[in-house]
Amino acid sequence: MTLLQIAALASVAIAGGAVVAASDPLRQTLVLSVYGMALVMLFFVFQAPDVALSEIVVSTVGLPVMILLALRKVQEHERERENGEDES
Amino acid sequence: MSRTARLLLFGVGGIGFGVVLVYGLSGLPAFGHYEGVYGNVIDGVGVTLRHGTDLVTALNFDIRGFDTLGEEFILFASVLGVVLILRQMRGERERPARQEADEHTLAGASEALRALSLAMIPAILAIGVYIVVHGQLTPGGGFQGGVILAAGPLAVFLAGRYLRMKIVAPQTLIEIGDAAGAMGYALIGVAGLALAGAFLKDFLPLGAVGHLLSGGQMDLASAAVGLEVSGAFLVAFSEFLDQALVVSGEQG
Repeated sequence: MTLLQIAALASVAIAGGAVVAASDPLRQTLVLSVYGMALVMLFFVFQAPDVALSEIVVSTVGLPVMILLALRKVQEHERERENGEDES
Repeated sequence: MSRTARLLLFGVGGIGFGVVLVYGLSGLPAFGHYEGVYGNVIDGVGVTLRHGTDLVTALNFDIRGFDTLGEEFILFASVLGVVLILRQMRGERERPARQEADEHTLAGASEALRALSLAMIPAILAIGVYIVVHGQLTPGGGFQGGVILAAGPLAVFLAGRYLRMKIVAPQTLIEIGDAAGAMGYALIGVAGLALAGAFLKDFLPLGAVGHLLSGGQMDLASAAVGLEVSGAFLVAFSEFLDQALVVSGEQG
């Protein structure tokens, strides 16, 4: 195992732990995309460039965007519910 | 469940998992010593038989092309599910158009972000097309190129122009792209059945190894999958964006 591969494995482990440790969903989403980038490095140094190429877009752009949009929708719902209770 | 009970459960589960994991890992072949047969066979005959230098693409679009057909329709069906679940429900309505609707309300995109996003769009599209058409030569192919292409219109949204993204990638166009790509891949299979005698069997000349138009049907299949994947991702993105930015609940 080369030094590069060890470094990639370690960064995935650290970033994965950081995703779990982040408590605020918004920050967690951003940490998740950093974790995705660490995975890309991992796939690349383990000679799977095909997987790395898909992972770049899916985990650093696609997944975070969908989670962020869902979070926004949830917040909007909560705000509307509060407003509704105020009126009644 | 009390805290002690939870910790106890975690302790028992964690120890059990650890034992099984260590036992399983100890049975793995040593690092870097691949013991499978299939991979070595493909490595040996892939280039001469299929004239593709990226054997992952040769596997995906030719040797095991039928698996890709299934995977493609998994993506197609899941995007259909997203569209079905997120369609405009009774009691929901689109927000009245506001004058600031063009500049989306997520956050004021700074000038730097806007300039960077717009500058990235041509590069993203060029890389996407490059990866799709060079699938049989270098790492990449329809799926990888497709997701990169889908990120292009998303950069328009990042630049703070949500409704512009709708103009760049109108709903009807991306839905047609998604469907046409899925159908195209199946049609390539049918063409193999008609012209070469078996479903998804290569029916095009293989060409010279290393040339852009080589690998027989791989180029076509890669383009079809690229179209389908970029369409599918854009349909899913725009459904999510619609939900978050345009559609509002009864209280609106």
